[in-house]
Amino acid sequence: MFETLKRINILERITNQDVKGFSDMRKYLILCILFAVLGLAAAIAMVLGAYNISFVDVYATIIANLSPFQDASSINKLHNTIIWNIRLPRVLLAIIVGAALATSGAVFQGCFRNPLVEPYILGVSSGAAFGAALGIVYPHIFQSIQISAFIFASLAVMAAYTLARTRGQTPIITLILGGVIIGSIFSALVSLLKYTANDSSLREIVFWLMGGFYYATWNDVVITAPIVGLSFLVLWMYGWKLNILSMGDEEARALGINPEKSKMIVVALATLVTAVAVSTVGIIAWVGLMMPHATRMILGPDHRFVIPSAAMLGGIYLIVCDTLARTLTTSEIPVGIITSILGAPYLCYLLRNKGRSLLG
Amino acid sequence: MLSFEKQRTFVTWVILMLQVKDINFNYGSTPILKDISFDVKEGQLCGLFGPNGCGKTTLFKCCMKFLKSHKGSVIMDGTDINECRIEDMAKVVAYVPQEHKPPFPYLVKEVVLMGRTPHLGGFFGVKRADKEKALDALELLEISHLAEQPYNQLSGGQRQMVLIARAIAQETKLIFLDEPTSALDFSNQLKIWKLLRKVADQGITILACSHDPNHVSWFCDDVVVMNENGIIGQGHPYHVITESVLDEIYQGMCTVRSLDGTNMILPRDVAVKKKDGTSRHMPALRRDVE
Repeated sequence: MFETLKRINILERITNQDVKGFSDMRKYLILCILFAVLGLAAAIAMVLGAYNISFVDVYATIIANLSPFQDASSINKLHNTIIWNIRLPRVLLAIIVGAALATSGAVFQGCFRNPLVEPYILGVSSGAAFGAALGIVYPHIFQSIQISAFIFASLAVMAAYTLARTRGQTPIITLILGGVIIGSIFSALVSLLKYTANDSSLREIVFWLMGGFYYATWNDVVITAPIVGLSFLVLWMYGWKLNILSMGDEEARALGINPEKSKMIVVALATLVTAVAVSTVGIIAWVGLMMPHATRMILGPDHRFVIPSAAMLGGIYLIVCDTLARTLTTSEIPVGIITSILGAPYLCYLLRNKGRSLLG
Repeated sequence: MLSFEKQRTFVTWVILMLQVKDINFNYGSTPILKDISFDVKEGQLCGLFGPNGCGKTTLFKCCMKFLKSHKGSVIMDGTDINECRIEDMAKVVAYVPQEHKPPFPYLVKEVVLMGRTPHLGGFFGVKRADKEKALDALELLEISHLAEQPYNQLSGGQRQMVLIARAIAQETKLIFLDEPTSALDFSNQLKIWKLLRKVADQGITILACSHDPNHVSWFCDDVVVMNENGIIGQGHPYHVITESVLDEIYQGMCTVRSLDGTNMILPRDVAVKKKDGTSRHMPALRRDVE
């Protein structure tokens, strides 16, 4: 989808013969390269797995499913199940979730003017965790763990936002404090549920909290893709406004941007995609914090470029982590563990080397 | 003869770019601004002069609609700002804040390009012409060599220049500057004021607040003097920055001396001359004695 958008922009730039020394061509080129890498990573991840299927068979299966002229029954049934019903939705979901978390991380960091903010800052994750735990412990009341997680994730953010809103304004400090307060309430409630849960529920809660793609189905992809895709496009359109918002509320006003209105829209959308991601796959740490950083190192801080490239990097990162999670050992490792193990050294590196220039 | 006089007055009739009428503002129950009224004529470099804490910045924020005044009105280029949308106001007035550091290392050219925001439209919005205008603004301030540098790693004086360039790229009739020189050294202060002079000479109206009486008397066409009690004078600095006005603000600490027709404001105890014409602070000239 954004490939075509990019192409339009590149054409425009070429025909306009861009202003000397002010060209964005290099940045568009990097976006294209990232898109290619994303495609490549997905293609490789499709071939890797616990059950060995050859490269040719994998793509024969995918083509057979996509092509309207070929009968799906002509291919190996086992291959079809593994490739089409397990691996492909899993890879797609990893891209969607990675893009969602990285996009909202970039948006939150720009909007809150703080490069250390992550998408869970307003209590989304604790809300979702509580919702999921509630669904696991009381399955007869809450039919779907996902829906319950989503409802409580949204509730948590709304509560934090209401708590922070004073006299028609939402100062960033109170908003973050509101998020901390609501987050700790929900964390306490999760602990309470863990304490009262029986052994099998407890195990399931712990597993859910670590996050993972083991249960990825086409259903998940179909639900999350349009929400994340549309929100991503709107947030991308707000890229320039985010640049202005990151200069501060008063300057945004002076430059003709209504900070309250814009912040409300971008925070709502970023929260929506985070809640959708978290309620589908559990809590996956670091992606939302790291990817925008990595992007700024490659492309600079302009949000028009940070948002799409963070999204693609997020997708790449989660594909890599998830592929490692399901191939490293015979049993699966929760992907949240892998993202943290790979992520922490990266942030250490940032802190030691680029800390001063990145954090000002 | 009489008709010629009439015509003359007609020709010199000036447009008021900014009219502030009876503005009142309280922080909680503490009144900050009481019945403030003044106006600024088109194309002038107007200084808003007053001591620390007298409400200059608050007055600015009321004029920019960052704060909502409790009473009174601000009319900018003929329109009441209360009837003006944020988007439209940004096409009339630009604002240069006190020096600050954004959290992200935007390049200087990107910061200046942000000034084009009120004129942008559409998805990505930034057009070739906008980039050209940003570069032109850098050219005007003679800081083109900084274009590729990260804004938050510049010195305070350079950052201030970049923000002024951004205001120029915004192409407004009016520019507000909040203490543009307060954090700068002497040469940078002079540089900024000379630059403001240059901008004003291009027909842009400037209102800059300052707490330095020398700066406003050296560089401004017009000055509004305020203290805690409100406006205590407006007019050409030569007529307004006088000893009686300064006494009202600084309780008799300063005196005004003329040096080749330019007014200098000096601390009274420095300016006191000894009988032989040397100042108290001037060391004795030994060589001459020998």
